[in-house]
Amino acid sequence: MLIEKNIQRQTLTLNLQGELDMNTSETLRQAIDTEIERRGIRTVILNLEEVSFIDSSGLGVILGRYKKLLPMGGKMIITNVPSHIYKIMELSGLPRIIEFENTPSRKMEGREK
Amino acid sequence: MKNQLELTFTSLPGNVGIARMLIASVAAQLDLALSDIEELKVVISEAVSNSIIHGYKNKEDMPITLRIEYDEKKLKILVRDQGCGIPDIEQAMQPAYSTDPERMGLGFVFMQSFMDDLQVESTVNEGTTVIMVKELENIRPSKH
Ligand SMILES: Nc1ncnc2c1ncn2[C@@H]1O[C@H](COP(=O)(O)OP(=O)(O)OP(=O)(O)O)[C@@H](O)[C@H]1O
Ligand SMILES: [Mg+2]
Repeated sequence: MLIEKNIQRQTLTLNLQGELDMNTSETLRQAIDTEIERRGIRTVILNLEEVSFIDSSGLGVILGRYKKLLPMGGKMIITNVPSHIYKIMELSGLPRIIEFENTPSRKMEGREK
Repeated sequence: MKNQLELTFTSLPGNVGIARMLIASVAAQLDLALSDIEELKVVISEAVSNSIIHGYKNKEDMPITLRIEYDEKKLKILVRDQGCGIPDIEQAMQPAYSTDPERMGLGFVFMQSFMDDLQVESTVNEGTTVIMVKELENIRPSKH
């Protein structure tokens, strides 16, 4: 898992690349938690465009970071999810909890109109 | 069953990815669609991760056995650990149930949704075996 960090004011954008499983999700957890605690980050944008795999361990870490941000008045946005990853996320119920931007279904809706 | 593979590996987190590669190779050989390959990677990831995280409490030098059997009609995946076992299997398999507050309790949900049959055998202090079957007849391209 490669994590590219970008910080602007209180917004942390992470471009993730690779597989998000029990072996790599700990790195993501630390990357986000450190910035929340050290720099007072309140908005986390996760760009999943280059993520090739996700399972429950990855989903758990994402939801956990969201739950940590919430009581601080923070928020999380997940963007550019590849369609096969989005299917797994949908089954987990995450899109009903966290804000998604530029999801495969929305792209398709756009095309139909 | 026409082909059988069995692999015993150490409970290292990095081996979850190796187990995924193995099932992806088998699925590719069976000409399964990409979406089916993705699902099989998820179920194997869930079963092996559970053995490492729950069965062995992240102890890294314990044995996990992965057995894959298949023919044109069905694919069977078995994952076995000799870990702590599950006291109440029915409860453990409930959606969103987890003994770890940081986890979502999704592993068995994915295994159940993506496979046609899921059996869990477990004995406390002896270990857990997960057996999953995917029927291939309706999802493989027919070659007539
Ligand atoms: N191999 C195993 N050995 C011991 N306990 C297990 C094993 N597999 C599952 N369990 C128990 O069953 C529960 C449910 O498993 P499941 O995979 O559905 O959720 P989880 O692992 O807790 O969370 P997630 O899979 O979303 O990360 C676990 O919390 C654990 O208590
Ligand atoms: Mg699990």
